[in-house]
Amino acid sequence: MTSSQSLDLVIVGTGPAGLTAALYAARYKLNALSIGQIDGGLMSEAHKICNFPTELSISGLDLTSKMKANALSQGAIIENGKVKDITKGENSFEVILDNKEKYFTKTILLATGTKHRQLGLKNENKFIGRGISYCATCDGMLFKNKIVAVIGGSDSALTSALYLAEIASKVYIIYRGKALRGEPAWLEKINNKKNIEIILNTNLKNLIGEEKLISVELDQPYQNQPLLNLDGIFVEIGTEPDHGDYIKNLGIELDNNNYIKVDSSQKTNIRGIWAAGDITNASNNFRQIITACAEGAIAAESINRYIQLL
Amino acid sequence: MTESKVINLNIDEFKKEVLESKLPVLVDFWAPWCMPCQMMAPILDSLSIAMAGKIKVAKVDIENPSNEVLAVVYQIQSIPNMKLFKDGKVIGEFIGLRELEVIKDEIEQLIK
Repeated sequence: MTSSQSLDLVIVGTGPAGLTAALYAARYKLNALSIGQIDGGLMSEAHKICNFPTELSISGLDLTSKMKANALSQGAIIENGKVKDITKGENSFEVILDNKEKYFTKTILLATGTKHRQLGLKNENKFIGRGISYCATCDGMLFKNKIVAVIGGSDSALTSALYLAEIASKVYIIYRGKALRGEPAWLEKINNKKNIEIILNTNLKNLIGEEKLISVELDQPYQNQPLLNLDGIFVEIGTEPDHGDYIKNLGIELDNNNYIKVDSSQKTNIRGIWAAGDITNASNNFRQIITACAEGAIAAESINRYIQLL
Repeated sequence: MTESKVINLNIDEFKKEVLESKLPVLVDFWAPWCMPCQMMAPILDSLSIAMAGKIKVAKVDIENPSNEVLAVVYQIQSIPNMKLFKDGKVIGEFIGLRELEVIKDEIEQLIK
């Protein structure tokens, strides 16, 4: 794709919303380009997905490959890169990538999803890759027969713990709430795992280690000990919208939690810009792969109608 | 397009190709199950061409059981993990996906 040509649509993000929109846009024969950093986005990190209607059980990596292959087979054009800036011109938008490439487009679909929330503890960044991970599927195998903890109590925390329990010798789940809150199907599996131990009503207070993490300090003692010795922690305390500074500059309206406000056709408050997937407020805060796909499809249809009337 | 100069290493070649190399070597410890590692692959291909003659770029697949010991020795706890070796010693480390220009600039600073 050459930079100078004017496009109908630039899709920012290559997770389930972006890939589905790319598939629909290709079938509508729109002159569209998708740009994303990681194929599949957070979906690519999922160890096991059992609630996507066509799949009995599939890894995020495999579901990503299928979605991407499907979009490509319909003629979608997908590039790897990071969008640095988007500016609004009179009749088009200019999209600038990190590598300084530029594209002009009539419409934009923002589908950049969410990113992992960090613990917010001192030294957290220092220990990333040295005992702190945000992706059990990526890094779990590096903790064979080690002691690890998963921080969090949601479905992602529980599936990560179940995956890690097959590799590590011991898995703690440390959660601030008084009960884990994932799907009952996962909870049942957790309770049947002998090497998973659940620590409730507890937060991490400090990360301890020199070169690498060796223990964590809890805000209340566990088995009379304030310190828990371990080899690694996997942080699964939720996600937050992943948007660039351009969102603010374009004047896109956000809700109280910084998710993009959209109407029932996925339009934002800015003419020519749509948003879909986990970055929006459209799924009743459910934010599932299937709701992201649906939002991507709705957005592409609405964009197609808009383009046809231009 | 010029062909990638990335070399895939196993433990038997590591000493000769990395530790005894005259040129600095960027070693990417990776595994096929990790999407960021897969996304890093074409960037490393381009880097190997862009920095040919200045550094070598090598990859170690840590899913291969015989390479596991390298992951232990170099304390790999998160992938992709790229270490820059010079005269047998690690002089720089990059954890996670990096843009081509970013990693190129960082390496150039380190080997100056």
